[in-house]
Amino acid sequence: MLLQLKLPSIRLNKEISVEEKKIELNKVDEFPPMPVSLGSMRVNKTSSWRNFRPIIDGEKCIGCGICWKFCPEPAIFPTNPPEVDYDYCKGCGICIANCPVDAITRQDETK
Amino acid sequence: MKTVMNGDFAASYGAMTSDVKFVAAYPITPQTLIVEKLSELVADGELDASFVKVESEHSAMAACIGAQAAGIRTFTATSSQGLLLMCEVLHWAARARLPIVLANVNRAVAPGWSIWADAQDSISQRDTGWMQVYAENNQDVYDSILMAYKIAEDNDVLLPMMVNLDAFFLSHTSEVVDLIDNDKAKEFLPAYDPEYKLDPKNPRAFGALTSPEHYFEFTYKMFEAMEVAKKKITQVGKEFGDIFGRYYDMTESYKIDDAETVLVTFGTIAGTAKESVDRLRKEGKKVGNLKIRVFRPFPAEQIIDALKNAKRVVVIDRDYSYGNEGAFYTEIKGALYDANLRIDTYGMIAGLGGRDVSTTVIKEIVEKAETSEPNKTYFIGVKK
Ligand code: SF4
Ligand code: SF4
Repeated sequence: MLLQLKLPSIRLNKEISVEEKKIELNKVDEFPPMPVSLGSMRVNKTSSWRNFRPIIDGEKCIGCGICWKFCPEPAIFPTNPPEVDYDYCKGCGICIANCPVDAITRQDETK
Repeated sequence: MKTVMNGDFAASYGAMTSDVKFVAAYPITPQTLIVEKLSELVADGELDASFVKVESEHSAMAACIGAQAAGIRTFTATSSQGLLLMCEVLHWAARARLPIVLANVNRAVAPGWSIWADAQDSISQRDTGWMQVYAENNQDVYDSILMAYKIAEDNDVLLPMMVNLDAFFLSHTSEVVDLIDNDKAKEFLPAYDPEYKLDPKNPRAFGALTSPEHYFEFTYKMFEAMEVAKKKITQVGKEFGDIFGRYYDMTESYKIDDAETVLVTFGTIAGTAKESVDRLRKEGKKVGNLKIRVFRPFPAEQIIDALKNAKRVVVIDRDYSYGNEGAFYTEIKGALYDANLRIDTYGMIAGLGGRDVSTTVIKEIVEKAETSEPNKTYFIGVKK
């Protein structure tokens, strides 16, 4: 079955200048004074603290788009079957809990 | 320009001379006059600022946080219960490193419902990350606000500052205050221009989730900032003096060089203590006074230096840390211990809920110290 959705994609405003550089804070002197974002999330991935990842089973999937709709990040691409963007998926499990046919399973992350 | 005004108005004019661009405040006795005067100054076009009426002190501080994060200089004022209601957002302002300045009229905490002088309100907010100044007179209130912005906005400090003034003894008492003209003030305190601010052209997320990987360092940076602030407060106090003729520091010593008994005081009690020192010296007693003007950051080095030759250190607290002793007393002892100074100390709790601490009371305190067991806390003037 095909995912029949015309879905908006999220883009950054071109006029906005966001530093497209990788921010790594390894030493206290590199920290800003307060917790503030220092660069674009296009290069600064946000999934480092994920404990498990959702795995979508394309065979079971009926293409309803619920996982895409419910993902709070959003880290699911509306393809058929949907694809998880593991650079941003935080492993909350909302997609797993809401899939009507249990097509998504969890797999522990190992470090 | 010399004029006569009460402490509340001195706070309002302090904010005006500092060219604040945003004021959000909620009235509470005995701070109400500060808010009324500021709204008047804005309405009359004398102060070019937004004046935002809010429904609570929590909202007042929250509004200041938003405005300051957008890169403008803000001011608010409160007292007692109002300061306590702000508690959550006081922490927020400090950890967001927003150099907001707040005037707090030191008033007792209820119940019993009291509008009179007592430092319990600000002392209980000691660990919010705010710098704390305790003013001795109305000129001190006015000058401290101007200096507060200069210190707080320093790029290596970036911490909010609370200027405290005693209820009624300052808030509603008129004294001569020398006002600084705007051009001179601008030279001393340039416009606020922070490196990180809310800006649609360069969007940033502020105060986001911070994992154990990073949170620790942000607290460490506040430790560093407080250390810098110690030097900065002394430096700015001197610079202020060089320009305007009135010098300030974190502490002020009065006749301590040969003093056997040194009183340690803050706020208006410091003024009375100096008068008491003069009177007691006429009776042949070698007494001095150390005023703690800045409580956070804590001026341990200056305190050690001032007290090292004393025989007796008598700390007067207009506050009480329930279950222990006066807050200043604890910290003074800590400083002496660090310097390996084993001096007899006396914790004197006095003046709670606005009870007068007159020269007679201070004389009684000195006599009590001379005749009582050291290293203990005494409540002065309890009806027995
Ligand atoms: S686990 Fe959460 S973040 Fe990851 S894809 Fe599913 S809903 Fe989105
Ligand atoms: S919720 Fe389940 S069935 Fe629906 S699109 Fe997502 S994976 Fe497929």
